[in-house]
Amino acid sequence: MALVTGTETQAAGPGGQSGVAAEEPEPLLALRRITKRFHTKRQDTLALDDVTLEVRPREFICIVGPSGCGKSTLLNIAAGIDMDYEGEASFEGAPIRGMAQQRAVIFQEPALFPWLNVRANVEFGLKLRNVPKEQRREIVDRHLNLVNLSRFDRAYVHELSGGMKQRAQLARGLAVEPHALLMDEPFAALDAQTRDDLQMELQSVWARIGTTVLFVTHNVREAVILGDRVVVMSPSPGRIKTIIDVNLGRPRTADDHAVADLAAQVRYELQNTGAPPEPRYAI
Amino acid sequence: MRSSRLRPSREVGLKLLRILGFYLGLIAIWSLLGRAEVWSPFLFPSPERVFESLRANLANGLILDGLQASLRRLVVGYAISFVLGMSLGLLMATWRFADETVGGMVLGLQSLPSITWLPLAVLWFGLSESAIIFVVLMGSTFSIAISARSGMRGLPPLLARAAGTLGATRWQLYRYVVVPAMVPSMVQGMKQGWSFAWRSLMAGELLFVSVGLGHLLDVGRSLNNINMVFAIMLVIVIVGVAVDRLLFGRAEAWVRERWGFAAG
Repeated sequence: MALVTGTETQAAGPGGQSGVAAEEPEPLLALRRITKRFHTKRQDTLALDDVTLEVRPREFICIVGPSGCGKSTLLNIAAGIDMDYEGEASFEGAPIRGMAQQRAVIFQEPALFPWLNVRANVEFGLKLRNVPKEQRREIVDRHLNLVNLSRFDRAYVHELSGGMKQRAQLARGLAVEPHALLMDEPFAALDAQTRDDLQMELQSVWARIGTTVLFVTHNVREAVILGDRVVVMSPSPGRIKTIIDVNLGRPRTADDHAVADLAAQVRYELQNTGAPPEPRYAI
Repeated sequence: MRSSRLRPSREVGLKLLRILGFYLGLIAIWSLLGRAEVWSPFLFPSPERVFESLRANLANGLILDGLQASLRRLVVGYAISFVLGMSLGLLMATWRFADETVGGMVLGLQSLPSITWLPLAVLWFGLSESAIIFVVLMGSTFSIAISARSGMRGLPPLLARAAGTLGATRWQLYRYVVVPAMVPSMVQGMKQGWSFAWRSLMAGELLFVSVGLGHLLDVGRSLNNINMVFAIMLVIVIVGVAVDRLLFGRAEAWVRERWGFAAG
């Protein structure tokens, strides 16, 4: 069973659910005391200032914050894309030393390979791992079905709509059966209708496969609909302002009153940053 | 979707009919002008006489021998330039020093019409097969090098990241991402390289006494045989169009199908 170590140091969320906090599992993903500086010619910017975030297994964590708060930077560090930072990033107890299949990343832009059709794109990670052909087909079929893309398996990327591209990307990420899914504003470039649809689909996909998700967004309502916890970040320097537990039943929709109320709370936290008079954090 | 399949083929049929009509009309006008003898037949032959010359020179093997010689030079020169251009391009794409130094030189040399290499080639290699292949080589190498460089450089970093997060090793990244991503750029560069090579080969053969289509053109000129000159020009056009359409046209269509019209 899960080891309980120093649970009390972890601040319980507002209205902390009684009893649940006692069985704190080992974090799957642990980002501890992460500091990240961007160096430019004119100045150094502190993108992340001593940020600590732990993600439990099977948890859906959303990070919200205005642009420049370092939320995507944090995700890149978790993904192993960004290796240049201070602090400690570990996954399943081992330090993160680069990109790996266990941590699938879904990018905001559809990072699909244009020379491959949808099926071959979804198959990509399996092929790299030399999964036998028959098995590959079965896994790909299953995941195309999961994201409702089975009918378009022979289509090329330029023939797909924005929503379909993100579905394909999701299927490709899930096909390698990652231990965590890192999603970097995956629905930000989509129209409102498609975004709503994909939020619902992602919820049902997540309910079925129950993988751990770290989801970065600037859309507060999206964060509340999807997340078990919503991490609110503030910019300049990038810090975690607060973490809000979302103890609402699923599936949630944008129209749920409870979602709207909680979204308002998150929005208040975001706006209440009281932009510091010295706008840039120069070192 | 399936029902609309018939329509494009009818479209294509009509298009071919229009094209055929155009050329038949052109030949008819040409024939009329030839028969009316507006200009002397020694300067402006009728199509009948050109086709007769074409038939005769095909029958006696002159054209086929010339074609064979020209295509052999082209294939050899082009193959070498592909290997050379690819290596040069990849070197420029991956090694900054090479890009800054050799890269600039390549751009400069590409602007040099490749036939201007002929005097140098003759001095270096004499009136030999090597000299003419060298000219062909110079025609296409730089185009291929530039397209290989830009193809590799043009890889969106996002795709490299995506491959990385899917577990690609460095070798797999090259094999499954970098190389396929280069294809649209390579098709364009290879097409341009081919057309430079073909033009410089013809020019070289024309100036350079030995077998080959360009040489036959010169033979026709020296015999004052305008029919033959027209016939050989026709063959050169046909070869050029055939390679362009059948080889590169197909490659481009394939790229369009996969990448969409945004490619290139």
